[in-house]
Amino acid sequence: MSESNMITPENLVYEKTSVMTDRVLHYCPGCGHGTAHRILAEVIGELGIQGDTIGVAPVGCSVLAYYYFDVDMQEAAHGRAPAVATGIKRVLPEKYVFTYQGDGDLAAIGTAETIHACNRGESILIVFINNGIYGMTGGQMAPTTLAGMKSSTSPRGRDVATMGNPLKITELVAQLPGTYFVTRQAVHAPANVRKAKRALKKALEYQKLNKGTCFVEIVSNCPSGWKMTPVQSNKWMEENMFPFYPLGDIKVPPEKQ
Amino acid sequence: MKELRLMKGNEALAEAAIRAGADAYFGYPITPQSEVIEYLMRENPVDRTGMQVLQAESEIAAINMVYGAAGCGKRAMTSSSSPGISLKMEGLSYIAGAELPCLVVNVVRAGPGLGTIQPSQSDYFQAVKGGGHGDYKLIVLAPATVQESVDYVRLGFELAFKYRNPVMILSDGIIGQMMEKVELFEQQPRLDVEFEWATLGKKPDKDSVIVTSLQLQSEEQEKVNLRLQAKYREVEKNEVRYETYGCEDAEYLFAAYGSCARITRKAMEMARARGIKVGLLRPQTLYPFPADAINGLADQVKGILTVEMNAGQMVEDVRLAVNGKVPVKFYGRFGGMIPSPDEILEALEQKIIGG
Repeated sequence: MSESNMITPENLVYEKTSVMTDRVLHYCPGCGHGTAHRILAEVIGELGIQGDTIGVAPVGCSVLAYYYFDVDMQEAAHGRAPAVATGIKRVLPEKYVFTYQGDGDLAAIGTAETIHACNRGESILIVFINNGIYGMTGGQMAPTTLAGMKSSTSPRGRDVATMGNPLKITELVAQLPGTYFVTRQAVHAPANVRKAKRALKKALEYQKLNKGTCFVEIVSNCPSGWKMTPVQSNKWMEENMFPFYPLGDIKVPPEKQ
Repeated sequence: MKELRLMKGNEALAEAAIRAGADAYFGYPITPQSEVIEYLMRENPVDRTGMQVLQAESEIAAINMVYGAAGCGKRAMTSSSSPGISLKMEGLSYIAGAELPCLVVNVVRAGPGLGTIQPSQSDYFQAVKGGGHGDYKLIVLAPATVQESVDYVRLGFELAFKYRNPVMILSDGIIGQMMEKVELFEQQPRLDVEFEWATLGKKPDKDSVIVTSLQLQSEEQEKVNLRLQAKYREVEKNEVRYETYGCEDAEYLFAAYGSCARITRKAMEMARARGIKVGLLRPQTLYPFPADAINGLADQVKGILTVEMNAGQMVEDVRLAVNGKVPVKFYGRFGGMIPSPDEILEALEQKIIGG
C-alpha cells in the first residue's frame, strides 16, 4: 500500500486540532506539557470557542505557551497569571479566560494571586501543572517537591524540618467558597489523558455559568529535572507523586453531586 | 456639562477617572490615597458608565489586573502611595515592555520604608528614571492643583494610548488630601475601539494576538529596546509641558514642581516685593523633562534654585539641562516636612544671590 492510498479520509483516526499552531514544541522528550497543551487546545476547538478564548501564560517551562495555543494570549509576570486573568475577565466577561501555570508560578511566588482569584470566585479556568520541580531554571525545589525528593536546591532530598512541607494547594483552594470545580488529573497514560480532557472540557463549559473558579491540576513528570528517562519518570510519578497527590475530583459542583 | 465643585484631590481624581471613560480601576488601600477607591466604591461607576472597580489583594495583584485589562485595549488604571508604588514596579516594567497603555497614580508620601503618611516628593527618581528593571520610561505628569489632578487623568489616558505606554500622575499627600475648587470635564464615552494589538479573541484568518515582554533572542530584544527608545524620543519631542511665571525679566530662577511649586511661587512673589527679579519654571511633565526651556533660561539668569520636598532629585535633571552655564543650587525639606516661602526666599538669597 502506497502512502497516498493510506492518507484518505476514511483512514483518519487522529487529527491535530487547529487550536494548536504548527510550531515545534520546545518541551523535553517525555514531558507532560505537550499532552496537556494538546488536550486543552482540543477542548477549545471542540467547544468552538477559539475566537472567544484568552489565555494567560506563566513564567516557567510553559512561558512560551502562546507559541503553541492558537488563541489570543497574554504573558504574565511570574505568579501573577490569576491577577492578569482577573483583569481580562472583568473587562471581557463574555470571553473564556484560562491560565496555564506550573507549581513554582502558582503555588510559590503566586500563592496570593492564586488563592485570592479562587476566593473571589473569578470565572476563569486555572490549569495547574504540578511536576514538583522548577523545570525551566534547571531543577530547583518547588513548593510541591515531595519530602525527601532531590533537586538542585535540595541535593540531599527535601528536608521538611528546614525546607517546609510540600504544599497541597489544590486541596487548599477546594476549601474556598469561590471555587466551583476542583480536580486533580494526570496525562501520562491514555486513560488519564481522556479523563483529564473531560475535566478540562467540563471546566470550560462551567465558565459560562459564572459560578466560580475552575481549577484543574495535572500531576506531571519532569524527566530532565528528575534525572530520569521518560518511562522511569512516569513510573516514579505513579509510585511517589500519586500517593501524595491522589488523582480524582476534589470538589464537584453541588448540583452535580 | 462642565461643573464646578469643591472637592478633595483624591476624590476629584476618582471622579475624573469615571468621567474620562475609564473601563476599569484596580486598587488597594494605602494612606494618603485611599479616598480614590473609597470614592469609586461609593459612586459605583458600573451603574454610570459600566466601569469596573475591584479592590485587589495587593498592589502587586492590582497592577497585574491593570496589565490584563490594558492588554484587552481597555482604559485601565490603579492608584497607590509610595510603598505600594514600589510593589507595582515589577508590573510597570512588564507593562512598559509589553507596550500597554495604562494610568498609575502615585499620591506620594515620605520614605524610605514605611516612612510617614505626610506628603513628599521623594519618589521623583523612581517615577522618572525607571523604578522597575530594564530600560523603560513612564510618562510622568505632575499636578500642582486639584484641577490638574482631574485634567491629567484625561490627558494621561490620551498619552497612554497615543504612545502605548504607562503614564504616571505623580501627585503628593498635599494635593491628594486638600480641597479646592475644581471644574469637572464632561462625561467622556468609554472606548469603543478594537485595537489590533489587544487580546479580544482570535479573529478568523488573522494571527493570534500575543501580549508579552519576552524575547529570548538578544537580537529581537535589542529591536524591542530600539523601538522603545524611538518612542521615547517622540515623547520628548512632542509632550513636554511646563509653565513659567515672572521669567520675562528674571535675573534668577526657581525650578519646582507639584505642590512645592505653589509654595515656591509664593516665595517668588515675596522676593519680587523686595525687588529681586526671580522667575519660576514649573515642569508639568517630569518625563519628558523641559530641559530645553531650562537651558534657554540659563542664558538669561545668573543662577537657579531648585526647590523640592526631598533631598534633591529633580535638581540633577536641572543641572543636566543647564549643563554648567550657571550655578544650580538646591533647597528642600523632607520626611514629610513642607518648606515655607520664607525658607525658600532665604535659601535664594543665601545660596544663589549671595552665593
